[in-house]
Amino acid sequence: MYPKEFQESIKKVEATRQARMTQQFPMLSLADRTILLEAYHPDYKKGTMRQISVGVNKGDKTPHEFANLFEAYSHINPNNFTIPSPKYETDVLIIGGGGAGVAAAIVAKQAKANVFLVTKLRVADANTTMAQGGIQAADKENDSPAIHYLDVVGGGGFKNIPELVRALVSDGPEVIRWLEELGVIFDKAPDGTMLSIHGGGTSRKRMHPCRDYTGAELMRCLKDEFLDQKIKYLEYTGALELLKDSDGKCVGAVLVNMENGEVFTVKAKTTILATGGAGQLHIQGFPTSNHYGATADGLVLAYRSGAKLTFLDTIQYHPTGVGYPEQILGQLITEKVRGVGAQLVNADGERFIYDLETRDVVSSAIIREIQDRKKGIMSVTSGGVWLDTPLIEMKSGSGTILKQLPAMHRQFIKFGIDMTKEPVITYPTQHYQNGGILCNEYAETNIPGLYVAGEVTGGVHGRNRLMGNSLLDILVFGRRAGTHAAELAAKTTEVKPGTINHVKKYHSELEKAGIPKERKSPMLLPDYRPKEFQDRYSFLSHLK
Amino acid sequence: MAKLATIYIMGKEYKVPSTLTILQAIEASGFLFIRGCGCRGGFCGACSTVYRTKDSYKLKVALACQTKIEDGMFLAQIPFYPGNKATHNLSQIKPTTETLCALYPEIMRCISCGSCTKVCPQDIKVMDYVNAAIRGDYKKIAELSFDCIMCGLCATRCPAEIVQYNVALVARRIYGAHVMKKAQHVDKRLDQMKENQFASEIEELMKSSVDQLKERYTKRDMEK
Ligand SMILES: Cc1cc2nc3c(=O)[nH]c(=O)nc-3n(C[C@H](O)[C@H](O)[C@H](O)COP(=O)(O)OP(=O)(O)OC[C@H]3O[C@@H](n4cnc5c(N)ncnc54)[C@H](O)[C@@H]3O)c2cc1C
Ligand code: FES
Repeated sequence: MYPKEFQESIKKVEATRQARMTQQFPMLSLADRTILLEAYHPDYKKGTMRQISVGVNKGDKTPHEFANLFEAYSHINPNNFTIPSPKYETDVLIIGGGGAGVAAAIVAKQAKANVFLVTKLRVADANTTMAQGGIQAADKENDSPAIHYLDVVGGGGFKNIPELVRALVSDGPEVIRWLEELGVIFDKAPDGTMLSIHGGGTSRKRMHPCRDYTGAELMRCLKDEFLDQKIKYLEYTGALELLKDSDGKCVGAVLVNMENGEVFTVKAKTTILATGGAGQLHIQGFPTSNHYGATADGLVLAYRSGAKLTFLDTIQYHPTGVGYPEQILGQLITEKVRGVGAQLVNADGERFIYDLETRDVVSSAIIREIQDRKKGIMSVTSGGVWLDTPLIEMKSGSGTILKQLPAMHRQFIKFGIDMTKEPVITYPTQHYQNGGILCNEYAETNIPGLYVAGEVTGGVHGRNRLMGNSLLDILVFGRRAGTHAAELAAKTTEVKPGTINHVKKYHSELEKAGIPKERKSPMLLPDYRPKEFQDRYSFLSHLK
Repeated sequence: MAKLATIYIMGKEYKVPSTLTILQAIEASGFLFIRGCGCRGGFCGACSTVYRTKDSYKLKVALACQTKIEDGMFLAQIPFYPGNKATHNLSQIKPTTETLCALYPEIMRCISCGSCTKVCPQDIKVMDYVNAAIRGDYKKIAELSFDCIMCGLCATRCPAEIVQYNVALVARRIYGAHVMKKAQHVDKRLDQMKENQFASEIEELMKSSVDQLKERYTKRDMEK
């Protein structure tokens, strides 16, 4: 039950529900999309970005929150730091234990490589586990990888890197088969036909869900397989820097045991960065749907070592973050909720956008509805609009929500809101890092020996990712990274000593640019302690 | 400023705004999480918490990220539990009654006390799926346990030392890989891919100008 101040608006939503149920709402033309984006999308907001003043992408625009991490010094002082001799040696080092990293590990191990994985929290404490709605793959009769291709580039503003998109859509069916073999329980008809639904911007129903625990189901199967393969791993271990040899090849990493502060190194023939996204930066003060470790570390490490980044000026704000109650502000309400029939409506119970436009467009429309048209629900902090969920039950029968959206139902019922009977309040939330480290279709970067996969990369989704294409992305490129990193490792006989001379060089650039010495990165963990407690007692304190 | 509530983190008193979740309240008390916090959104099970309220002997559990604090809460997290996981080779395994009992013989020690079901923050009927495991009813286990986020609280309360969430996980994987039918439309598509059926069409798209792409995009026929 909502407090009194919401009741009047809820009545309006109820009053229009029946009529809305069959109402067709037009999609925007490409030109109208652009107008809406430029006027309301946060990426276009003045004063929120600046040019990076150092490194390979010098001069490129990026949000201040990213720039602050690039224009920052290493936690390690390269002038007085002696690199400890390697504590571990391996063929393939994988940094990041989400979907991309674990998929890479399984595949590299199968290719007979020695694999060592480190991750900041526990394996699977990652954005992957939080994915709800589904995974895309063009595997039905009326669909094809080419149709998928067109949806992907249209969603990305026609800016995507073609080779990467080809890899994404072409590996889709194979990835689904791999998941079936790993024991993933997709929503299926008894004869094995997979349930598929629309997502924002899809022209075919190709989103395959596992209830609304798709990421959790994928991740726990991957993790279990990873454990069955007895792959060596360390948790609560954060990467601080990459190591490069005198030829500029990546040969491992400097890591920190986040529980006792020990700094150590792993020597590796090849390295895969799979550190995921950046939601915890709270760009422009937005709340986030992301996990605790989504702090853009991989971008920082790669950038300092000379890797090229791309699409740094575009962030995905998911239109339907939780807008109320405040305890779970910014957590995700999956797009699947709209996929199965819920509608966005303003405080007066009117629709204002076709519900399955791409995310950048829907978010912009919500912001317009609140800021300009003043038709938001103003009783919540950020303002918000309704997501009319009882409509799902009206359209598809009572019990649909409990069956198809149990996680969403739980999320709200814990705070006394029953989404089968009452609409929920939403507001955009920082969700996905569209840009990232540039790579080719073999997951190689411009640094020999360094591979990347997953949300940490950029280019495949252009300026805006479609729902369900990230789970696909992390598996397609995780597997490719695992394969190619193992291949190169097998060909590598000698690994030269690793250095952090690149950090030294980067520091001198920072000094020249006049960057304040206190600014350090990577962030590793966001600090939610009250101001006066911050910087106290951290596992990095001894490095100051 | 919100009203303050008094909470006790492992017995020590702190005063924090009463609107916070347990997770936020611990941070507001000056703690930096390393363990005990993962997704912050109810999906990873890292934040299992046991608590008691003042003047009650009853022990309750919660996910710290999904639960608002109450005044007088005594809180302790269980960030790690040394539960057993049997390793196996999924491709070789058979979905028989014996399989689960062989991997996890301790399931036979279940005394049906129901502690696991009572403690589950996801309201899963844990005991019922353990019983289904003893019977080898894979479908039932899959249905009942699907929403498990592996927080591990069931295992902490089990007098028979069963690690329920791992039993359920392997059972679900066996069900998914060996009982459920594979999607035939995926087979078909894989065959077509082997013959490179879509390669030239994709190639053509890759070479198209933005204007050509836009035109084709606008003209897409949309599946209803
Ligand atoms: C709430 C939510 C819902 C979503 N729903 C969907 C969906 O329905 N469909 C879809 O396709 N996509 C969805 N996504 C997006 C998708 O889940 C992610 O983009 C994707 O899973 C990212 O995978 P990853 O392996 O690249 O990163 P992650 O899964 O985030 O894994 C990265 C790992 O690296 C670790 N790490 C980070 N820095 C370091 C460091 N310095 N040292 C060591 N380890 C480090 C992190 O802690 C983490 O464990 C959703 C995302 C969220 C947050
Ligand atoms: S932190 Fe993941 S469930 Fe609470």
